[in-house]
Amino acid sequence: MSFVPGQPVTAVVQRIEIQKLCQGENLILGFSIGGGIDQDPGQNPFSEDKSDKGIYVTRITPGGPAEVAGLRIGDKIMQVNGWDMTMVTHDQARKKLTKKREDVVRLLITRKSLEEAVKHSKGSHPRQ
Amino acid sequence: MDTESTYSGYSHYSGRSRGSHRHGERSRDRHKSRSKDSRSEKSVTINTLPAEPLLGDSSLRGEKVQDDNWGETTTAITGTSEHSLSQEDIVRITKDLEDSVGLDCRHYVTRSIAVILGLLVFFTPLAFLVLPHILWPEKLQSCGTACEGLFISVAFKLLILLLAVWALFFRPARAGLPRAFVFRILLAVLVLLFVISYWLFYSVRILDSQDENYQGIVQYAVSLVDALLFIHYLAVVLLELRQLQPCYSVCVTRATDGETRHYNLGQLSIQRAALAVIEHYYCDFPIHNPALLSASKSRAAKHLAGLKVYNVDGPGNNASAGIAQSQSRAMIAAAARRRDTSHNELYYEEAEHERRVRKRRARLVVAVEEAFTHIKRMQEEEPKKAPGDVMDPREAAQAIFPSMARALQKYLRTTKQQHCHSMESIQQHLAFCITNNLTPKAFLESYLTPGPTLQYGKDHWLGRRWTLISEASVTSGLKDGSIFLLKCVDFSLVVTTRKIPYVQMSEEYIDPKSHKFVLRLQSETSV
Repeated sequence: MSFVPGQPVTAVVQRIEIQKLCQGENLILGFSIGGGIDQDPGQNPFSEDKSDKGIYVTRITPGGPAEVAGLRIGDKIMQVNGWDMTMVTHDQARKKLTKKREDVVRLLITRKSLEEAVKHSKGSHPRQ
Repeated sequence: MDTESTYSGYSHYSGRSRGSHRHGERSRDRHKSRSKDSRSEKSVTINTLPAEPLLGDSSLRGEKVQDDNWGETTTAITGTSEHSLSQEDIVRITKDLEDSVGLDCRHYVTRSIAVILGLLVFFTPLAFLVLPHILWPEKLQSCGTACEGLFISVAFKLLILLLAVWALFFRPARAGLPRAFVFRILLAVLVLLFVISYWLFYSVRILDSQDENYQGIVQYAVSLVDALLFIHYLAVVLLELRQLQPCYSVCVTRATDGETRHYNLGQLSIQRAALAVIEHYYCDFPIHNPALLSASKSRAAKHLAGLKVYNVDGPGNNASAGIAQSQSRAMIAAAARRRDTSHNELYYEEAEHERRVRKRRARLVVAVEEAFTHIKRMQEEEPKKAPGDVMDPREAAQAIFPSMARALQKYLRTTKQQHCHSMESIQQHLAFCITNNLTPKAFLESYLTPGPTLQYGKDHWLGRRWTLISEASVTSGLKDGSIFLLKCVDFSLVVTTRKIPYVQMSEEYIDPKSHKFVLRLQSETSV
């Protein structure tokens, strides 16, 4: 999940679609994010590479829309509704997730286990 | 420009020894006589060689002719003698003669009372010690060692008391105030009562009964001197120390042009506060320049000039007061409605004046710098030049003065300061600057900005008479919100008082080890 400057970022991603839940006058997604290019990457417990300044999921509300949709703690969010999340500040990420006009967010997330799963499947199913 | 013609002949008295009556304690009449001298100097102008007046002969006749010559022909010497008196000066002289008699009398009385009291206080202990020896010498016990030791202590304490009283009370008076000092009178009464009570006790218990115990008498005298020293300490605290701590903030405004300053004063009576304000005035306020006020007066006249009030109802109307009021109201309303372009004129006039002043100033600075390059200090090791070449500061000033005189005169005229500086004073200042190695910029400083009143020649401030106008009694103390006026002949100062607020301060302790910081990063936002 680390990137080499100048090279395109490649990752195995999973699409997750979360319906926003209407709670009072707020639309909530049910998870918390951390990270961003203005934050300290060394304190991120979920990242493999401690210089990764991407947006990570740090908490999931149990039973909330995010958990229902399949988001897991420690996921790195690569895209939100087509907006890139790998090189944004924390506040920009928050804004892209909490737009009032949208009631569904389509995320592209990546996690370590996805990589493993692809490697295993590649290994067990050689190309025919 | 009429005003300049009456103020001719400033500072042209040479050889008048002002310090001749500096001795003695007659300070107040010294001040008075000095003021009278200067007043007469101001009114009777006698121009003698080599002094050269700023405005030459034209001043006598009070004409409007400006003497433009001193800038170009500075080597010309006018050797005429003139007498000129103006109406203002005559009034001033007569007022002086009337008032000076009364005040001198009061001053003599005060001085004599002070001296008598001082002598009484000084000789009382000595009298206590000496009288038993004179009146009943045979009955008196001889003085032992302890008793003689007390003699030394009496002697030194009296000496200290003498010096202390001289230091505190016998200083030259700074000013003549309208009323007496309340504290001084209180102290004098206290001392008098004290000494009288000691004498009473002495005469009843010692003289009448002819006490033989001489040591007791000596100790009694020593206790008197101790108590006098303590009264002197009380005097120091009341007269000097009490007003040192600032308590009030006074705001002093000059009525003619609005110059304002703020000072901190302690707890003083109104007359002493007025004296402190006047002393600050002489040091801080720029000199009062009547020539700068004429513009606003002419504008004020123009405002009302265009309107005339006609009484259409005819004479014989009973409500005359009502008519006057309605007339003035009508004038105010009409003036407000009239399309007045005087603000335009003011703006352009001021811009033009500013430009002119800056141009003249630039020329002046260049001329002075160039003039200063013509002379240099002679070094000791240079080969001796001919005596004709070597000049003392005054001659050097006279040599370079003509090259800058014209530019300086034009500048002073533009800024309306020409009556403050006579040619003599300018040359003196130039000689002073040359002697002390001042740069051209330092020389020009006193001409470019109007300085405090004391900077100018003595006749600008010597012998000024101030009148204190106050609703509260002048010996009462300053209070928050007290207002008084100090009137001089040309202008007045308005003084308002405000109490310095009581400050309640609390402390907060910060442990130096408590300064700890963490990076404010990895914030978590829930969405």
